[in-house]
Parts: sequence; C-alpha cells; structure tokens
Amino acid sequence: MALNMADTDAVIRVRGLCNRFGSHVVHEDLDLDIQRGEILGVVGGSGTGKSVLLRSIVGLKRPDAGSVEMFGEDLTALSARRRSELERRFGVLFQRGALFSSLDLQENVALPLMEHAGLTRRDAEDLARMKLALTGLPPNAALMMPSELSGGMIKRAALARALALDPEVLFLDEPTAGLDPIGAAEFDQLIMTLRDALGLSVFLVTHDLDTLYTACDRVAVLSQRRVLVADRLAVVEASDDAWIRDYFHGPRGRAAAWAAESHTPTTSGENT
Amino acid sequence: MASTDHVTTDSAPTGRRSLDDRAGRLAVEDGRLLVSGDWVLAHHGALKDQVAAHRQAAGEPSADQAVDLSGLTGLDTAGARLLVALVGAEPMADVRQWAADLPRARQALLETVARVLREPLEPEPSPRATLTDGLVDVGERVGALWQQQRLLLGFIGLTLTTLFVNLLRPWRWRLTALVSHVHQTGLNAVPIVALLTFLVGAVVAFLGATVLRDFGATIFTVNLVAFAFLREFGVLLAAILLAGRTASAFTAQIGAMKANEEIDAIRALGLDPMEMLVLPRLLAMMIVLPILTFIGMLSGILGGALVCIFMLDISATQFLTILQRDIPLNHFLVGMVKAPVFAFLIAVIGCLEGFKVTGSAQSVGEHTTSSVVQSIFMVILLDAVAALFFMEMGW
Repeated sequence: MALNMADTDAVIRVRGLCNRFGSHVVHEDLDLDIQRGEILGVVGGSGTGKSVLLRSIVGLKRPDAGSVEMFGEDLTALSARRRSELERRFGVLFQRGALFSSLDLQENVALPLMEHAGLTRRDAEDLARMKLALTGLPPNAALMMPSELSGGMIKRAALARALALDPEVLFLDEPTAGLDPIGAAEFDQLIMTLRDALGLSVFLVTHDLDTLYTACDRVAVLSQRRVLVADRLAVVEASDDAWIRDYFHGPRGRAAAWAAESHTPTTSGENT
Repeated sequence: MASTDHVTTDSAPTGRRSLDDRAGRLAVEDGRLLVSGDWVLAHHGALKDQVAAHRQAAGEPSADQAVDLSGLTGLDTAGARLLVALVGAEPMADVRQWAADLPRARQALLETVARVLREPLEPEPSPRATLTDGLVDVGERVGALWQQQRLLLGFIGLTLTTLFVNLLRPWRWRLTALVSHVHQTGLNAVPIVALLTFLVGAVVAFLGATVLRDFGATIFTVNLVAFAFLREFGVLLAAILLAGRTASAFTAQIGAMKANEEIDAIRALGLDPMEMLVLPRLLAMMIVLPILTFIGMLSGILGGALVCIFMLDISATQFLTILQRDIPLNHFLVGMVKAPVFAFLIAVIGCLEGFKVTGSAQSVGEHTTSSVVQSIFMVILLDAVAALFFMEMGW
C-alpha cells in the first residue's frame, strides 16, 4: 500500500467534517479516508470525539458542516429508502453491545435477516446460529438472553449481529474495552480472521494498544479537533507530536510494541 | 488488502435485475456438481431449494463427490453455509486442495464456515410444556407470593428498628435529605393533588345531586361531598397519586443506584443504606401525605361547594352552615389517621422494590411497575379493611 493514499479505493471519505455541541467544538475541518479491506484503528485521548466521529460516519449524528461519503454517496443527503439500503452494507458494534434485551441471541442476529433479506424465521435462525458460532460462541448460547451473558460474550454476540447482513464495512467502538487480556487477544484475532475471510473494511475505535499493534493496518490519531496523522503504525510512531510520543512511547506503548514484535510475526496483510 | 477479491454482497434492489441473471445455480454434469453464479443472501431462498432438492436426490454428501466451484461469481456467508450443506463440512474444510483455482479470500471464507459447521449448531430443544409444568408454575407463583410478603414484613421490621435506633441519635438525622424529599414528593405534588381532588369533588356533587333530586333532597349533596372527602376520598386520592408518583420514583432512584453498584459502595464504605436512603424517604412521605390529604379534603370540598353554589342554588353560607352543623369532627380524624399508615406502606414498598433490582435497566422498569401496582393494591385493600372496622366501631 502506498504511503500517500490514493482516493480511488476509499470506501469512506470524510471531508471537512465539523461537529459542535453548543460552544464546544469537537471536530473542525476533519479529513479521513478508509480504504477497502483495511483495518483502520482510530485513537485519541478521552473526549477527542472518537465515538462522535463514528456516529457521524454511520449517520447517527448529522455533522454541522462537511461531508461524509460512504461507497461514494452522502448518507445525509439520501432519501430514507436509499439510505436504508446503504445502511445494510455496513455493520456497527456499539460500545456496550446494544443487544436487544427482549430477544435471545439467535433472534437478535436473525432480526435483520428476516427484516431485510426476507428470510423465513427458520432459515434466518439457522444462519444466525452459524454467525454466532463464527464469532466463537458455543451452540447453547443461541437461546440465551443478553442479560445472562458475560461482557466478552456480549461483544461476540453483538459482532455476530453486526455481521448478520454480510456488511462490507464494520464499525467497532472499543470492542476490547472491558475484556480480559486473553479475551481481548482472541477478539483481535477474530476480527483479523473475519476481515480476511469476509473481505471486510474495519473502522476500529480503540484505547487498546495491543489491538493497534496486532490488528490494525493503519492508525488514525485524533487530536486537536482533527486527524493528526493517518498512516501505518511505524510512520505514526515516528511523528514528533507530543501527545503521540507520550501515547506510543510511554511504558504501556513500549510494552505493546515489544509484545507485538516478539510474539506475533507481522499479521497485517499489507506488510507481507 | 489490495489483493482482496471483493465478496459480492450487493443486495440493493436497483442492482437486483442485473443480479438475477447471475443468480446462483446448481447443476449435475457427468457426476460432477457444477456450482455457478452468485451464492449470496439475496438468492438464499432459491438456492436453499436447489440444495435441498439435490440432497434429496443424492442423499448425504460424501467426500468422493467431485465439485466444480470455478463458475462461482459471488459468495457471502449465507452462500457459504449452503455450499457447506451441499458438500459437507469435512470435505469443505479441505477446499484448498480440490479447488486450488478459487480466489484466496473465498477459500478462506469457505474454510472458516466449514470449520464452524463441523459441530452441530442446533441448540437443545426446550421440552414441551405439560400439565405438570402448569401446576409447578402455579405452585412457584404461590411460593413467590408468600416469599414476597415475608420479605415485605422483614423489610418493615428492619425499617422500624433502624427508625427507632435513629430517633435516639438526633446528630445522625439527615435533615438535608429529608427536606429535599419533602420538596420533591410533597411540595411538587400539591398542584396535581389539588386539581384532581377538586375535579372529583365536583363530579361527586353532580352525581349526588342527580340521585338526590328525585327524593327532593338535593340539600344533602353537601353532606355527601363532605362525608366522602373527609372519610375516604381525600386520603385515598392523595395516597393513590403518591403511589403512582413517588413509589415509582423511589424504586427507580434506588434501583438505578443498585444497578450502578452504588448501594454496594455505600455498604463498602461502612455506611447503612437503610439509614441513608430509606429513612429520609420514609419520613418525608409520612410528613407529606397527611398534609396532602388535608389539601385534598379542602380542595374536594371546594369542588363540591362550587357545584352546589352555581348549579344547585345552595348558597355559600348555607353550605358552610351545614358543614359546621352536620359533620362531626370524627370523620376528619378517621380520614387523617389513615394517612401516615398509607405513607409508611407506599414508602416501604417503593424502597424495597428498588433494592430488589438486579443489574439491568429492564429490571429497574419491571420493579418500578411492580412497586406502583403493589402500593396501590395495598392502599385500597387497607382502606377497605379500615372502612369496615370504623363502620363497626361506629366512629
């Protein structure tokens, strides 16, 4: 992948994005591209608007200025019908799972299949069970209610629901937050496997340095209301911005870098 | 991933017409299975029928069956699931060996899905409900009801002990919390209580006048309104309103704290949630409900009086004279004496339901509903018992 990103294969293109809450400016003139097939990690300090950026891209928040193009179309300018069609082409994993609490897991995953793909309940639940298994849940989890699950299982089930309609782009909001290190490492591996198998592009908001080092092809750093750098990890690390230096060269950053170098051979597709 | 063979998932209706020509197909040629076209979610129904028809004709999938995947133009997880059902999970896991010309990404997808489908995914079917299950259910419900009443009695006991222990230690009284709760549950409820009792007072006067007119006894409407509001309606309406307004608020407040582990935090800090949360609410309720009852009585009688004055030609002076001459004080006392009891029950039920909340927001909702239903039920039940008692005593 060339360092200087050509716009040609971007599935999502954010240009001049501005977001304000009252007098508090979160984003100002923010540009960001997400390439097809890549895992883009988005990092930034607390309150730099990572989740707000995600919400603006998927159309849950109307930006105050600027444009967000997904698959070459501006989501906010579309008719409700056309927009719904576009929305089926991406999946979102919310920070706390957002599983429907009144439905069991297979119904949670089967719901979009029945509503959008017009499958019968039997077929939809059969596919739902396969997706749940794909995310590493045991077969008996299919009939469990979200309230009976642990944090890691909720994340997996929510991922299965995000994958229900075979999306092209997957948005993950802090998928490994609140998981134990083993669960988090498994989740990183799962996302990479699925990306390779399903050809996904992944927009990954995270605080987890290990996830950045093992799973992400590119990293975008959000700071001072815009994207400071968006590039391969090596390039981002070398940046001389104070916050980035502290983030990647602090004790935790060094530990994660060391772990990534010594234990896993480079896993991302680009670098091989 | 510049090399990724993009997996076709386009299910947009605009693209469907062109997709239809490429819909997935299954054919048998010289004993070879020819798989071609788009095996995607959009064609799931038709593809499933083809696979089912083939399986019926050819029986269980075997490893020797030659399969040609070279005509495959699109594939997603739904299609992969059908292909695995067609070929069998074991052979499909080795897809790399027998379909080497298939793009890397599709091999990976088929392998991943085949790996998952090696184990049967059907969950244990839940057993059919029988008559015994129904009886067990009834038994469990009765048991739960009994447990519930025991828990309520236990909680009342705990509240009373905490209350008496605290009464002796004035330096531990939480006056700020008490005043705040009096404000929220009392002062803020005055308008709604006054308005509602006023309206009911007017309605009772109308009802009375309609019936009593036939006997030429319209003047007794005054007695009816006064009697009803002093003995029953004043306290009952105020209590029911607070049961809906305040018991639910208590449950939601304490329940949200419970869900957020705040109650545990209070305990871990060596403090007593009964003393910090329940007592101020209980005392506020017991101060407020008698006052609201009094306001309700006045407002209800005022409503009745206005109807009497403007519709029934009973003058204000006449109304007040009858009120003073015919209605003894004990009716007022019978009404007022019930207020603290109702207040106690409503507050205790509201707080107890809050403590019963477990974790989720859904549980907060369930217990809030339950606290309103229970407190209204208890208020009306107790009021009926009290009415019988006072009637028998001739008070």
